[in-house]
Amino acid sequence: MSQATSSIASSSTVSKLAGTLSRRDFVRGGTVVATGLVIGIGLTGCKPGNEPAREMKTIEANAWLRIGTDDSITFLCDRSEMGQGVFTALPMLLAEELGVAVDRIKVEFAPAGDAYSNNLLGTQITGGSTSIRDAWEKLRRAGAQARMMLVGTAAEQWKTPPETCRVEDGVIISSHGKRLSFGAVAEAAASRPLPADVPLKAAADYVVIGKPQKRLDTPAKVDGSAVYGIDVQLDGMLYGALAQSPVLLGTVKSYQDDKAKTMPGVRAVVPTSSGIVVVADSWWRAKQGRDALEIVWSNGANATLSDATIMRGLRKAATGKAQVARADGDANAALKSAARVVRADYELPLLAHATLEPQNCTADVKADSCDLYVPTQIQQVAQATAANAAGLQTSQVRVHTTFLGGGFGRRLEVDFIPAAVEASKAVGQPVKLLWTREDDMTHDAYRPPAFDQCAAGFDDQGKLVSWHLHLTSPSITARMFPAVVENAIDPFAIEAAANYPYDVPNVLVEYVPAEIGIHVGYWRSVSHALNCFVAESFMDELAAAARKDPVQFRTELLGKQPRYREVLQTAVREARYGQAPAGRFHGVAVMEGYGTYMAQVAEISLQDGKVQVHRITCVADCGQVVNPDIVTAQIESSIVFGLSAALWGEINVAGGRVQQTNFDRYRIASMNDVPKISTYVLPSDEAPGGIGEPATALVAPALCNAIVAATGRRVRSLPLTRHKLA
Amino acid sequence: MIKLNVNGKSMEVDVEPDTPLLWVLRDTLGLTGTKYGCGMALCGACTVHLGGDPIRACVTPVSAVGEQPILTIEGLSSDRSHPVQQAWIELDVPQCGYCQSGQIMSAVALLKQNPKPTDSDIDSAMAGNLCRCGTYQRIRAAIHRAAETPAKS
Repeated sequence: MSQATSSIASSSTVSKLAGTLSRRDFVRGGTVVATGLVIGIGLTGCKPGNEPAREMKTIEANAWLRIGTDDSITFLCDRSEMGQGVFTALPMLLAEELGVAVDRIKVEFAPAGDAYSNNLLGTQITGGSTSIRDAWEKLRRAGAQARMMLVGTAAEQWKTPPETCRVEDGVIISSHGKRLSFGAVAEAAASRPLPADVPLKAAADYVVIGKPQKRLDTPAKVDGSAVYGIDVQLDGMLYGALAQSPVLLGTVKSYQDDKAKTMPGVRAVVPTSSGIVVVADSWWRAKQGRDALEIVWSNGANATLSDATIMRGLRKAATGKAQVARADGDANAALKSAARVVRADYELPLLAHATLEPQNCTADVKADSCDLYVPTQIQQVAQATAANAAGLQTSQVRVHTTFLGGGFGRRLEVDFIPAAVEASKAVGQPVKLLWTREDDMTHDAYRPPAFDQCAAGFDDQGKLVSWHLHLTSPSITARMFPAVVENAIDPFAIEAAANYPYDVPNVLVEYVPAEIGIHVGYWRSVSHALNCFVAESFMDELAAAARKDPVQFRTELLGKQPRYREVLQTAVREARYGQAPAGRFHGVAVMEGYGTYMAQVAEISLQDGKVQVHRITCVADCGQVVNPDIVTAQIESSIVFGLSAALWGEINVAGGRVQQTNFDRYRIASMNDVPKISTYVLPSDEAPGGIGEPATALVAPALCNAIVAATGRRVRSLPLTRHKLA
Repeated sequence: MIKLNVNGKSMEVDVEPDTPLLWVLRDTLGLTGTKYGCGMALCGACTVHLGGDPIRACVTPVSAVGEQPILTIEGLSSDRSHPVQQAWIELDVPQCGYCQSGQIMSAVALLKQNPKPTDSDIDSAMAGNLCRCGTYQRIRAAIHRAAETPAKS
């Protein structure tokens, strides 16, 4: 099998994924979904004074673009804004070809719909660092198509060839200086046929892409006006608090609600498929009511689940049948005949997402409809989930996506939706259901734990001839999208492993999916965060065995990998690798993930056995960049995320209950924990790569490789708090 | 009824006296800019000013507030003109943005106490405000930027 070029789903994976999620037609990559031009009629908002509202028509140029006869331009953002910048970067793509200033575009969140399917993942998903990669052609083409129709209309009115007209910020200008605004011709343009041939600008002609552009969501995020799920307010809305089984996946055996029902403001106690919801006239009162419930739980199969039983289970599963993710040559035979063999086992813990906004959902269920106001990364699944809970058709559920107070994969889950819907249906009023921090931390779909075994062989010349990585962890995709893994390997379990980049003749990557009894979920950078730690730590072990500097060792094996080599060399130069100040030490890691090539150098010291991280240098080659500042911000963000996990991140289970309940025991980095982060983005003509996640995965291996440089001690499990390093 | 002074306005609320101020602001008064993150004064998302000092509204019973003025993100300025808000905009600090009301309220309080903070002053003053997106490098830079702007009033 040749080396995987991208860890995101191959086309066959995509089709299967689409098949799982929806029976509707899957939108093939690269094509614009033309909805035809639809004219809606609206009224402009009431003006100050008593000026009568003027009739305003809105023309839907395509699924993403509405042009008003008042010259308003609205972009329907079909990806969820969870900090990663789609609210700005996606309209930039459209604006580039449409010919309007980005600041003039009003952004609204799109509804759920097939037109908004993510071509890389087969349904409307914000995840997998795919937003730019998916939209790159699609939205530029949508902008160009609309512009051609608008220009064509104006040109026809002027009886002049369209190619003699130009567009300046939403105004069409003829070669004789005549002007018509988009709004003036939009309605007439709606009756034109869709242009078949839609040429796009050459990169050299970009005026928006790759140029500085302030985020469009910043103003609303500095004055408290941005509406997250938790902020939704509806007329007649009540509030819900949910009691869930403390033992994961346990159920309600019986409950007593006499006391809860008498508490101030409590309106109803509703048994739901997720647990018992107390509905009240404020959330605090709902929570007080919930805390007064007396519930007998049926603990189920997880009553004795613990860290030890989970890890024992993984070790046992590891001896079973493995799936082959990649096989070059014969790694096992090469190991047997090797002059020297190096082996090491690695372990990784469960992790929580810990989005700062706890999970929540507001549902307004009526006899024949449901409005769902929800911070979600997966609109169509949210819609189907709500329909199922409400007993309605999917088409009767309208999904209103809010801003997300963090996503990181947590909001690909829909476990917080049914209880809100069932409670609203029961009380006949809108209900905003909000989990407490404790609910959120103890009922996550956790980052999978892993037990991974590495083996490598050198020949008698000291050449690395065999590399074998044997991964054992629960499969997220087997639960989320089972059709994807039917007769196939979970593509989201073997990232940063199957694409092992080093020039070794015999490579074997195997994976054993091993269920652990609780839900595991996609967590920022998914299996990259597991496998890059293992593969890149082990590369340093091999460098040590070969008595070579880790950078030299890698570079020698990256002869056929120019993009890896370039990021590594740049990181070495910018971090002044090998020239650390006295008492400080460097460690390095490289990876390709989401089509992005990356290298990191961590600079650390040890004080009283504790790691002090001074600086992380990150070099990325993520292809063409849409918004440079957002790319930098995402790298910084991902590094802090990876740092929290490497230093302290660990979810412990005892008696089937998660032991961490809040930020006192699940520590995330605060300002005084964060080192200087230096990011360098290489100029590139390549297609865009994803940038919301990859940098998370390199932090732990770079850090642990620096620890070896400092102490000689190899860390083979995380977090670092498990290890005494003095 | 409990009397409150929020963002310069007098209000009366009918809630249990032990209700945390956070939920009075959010659910009773509709001021949802102040966020819930932990409920235990561990994350700082609910930071507001009480009598000019930063407090965690999630652990402050409304009965403890009395007549001291409360300032929330909504009351900081009517037009995002506060120097801290301006610095946040200039440096595009927020990502998901959920923690940023709390970050801004803590930063405003810091600058009032210490108009020219050093990096380590900032680190210690802001250590109780968590940002899961990790915008700390920009928050620090934005506080320095705001410190260069003469504060109004």
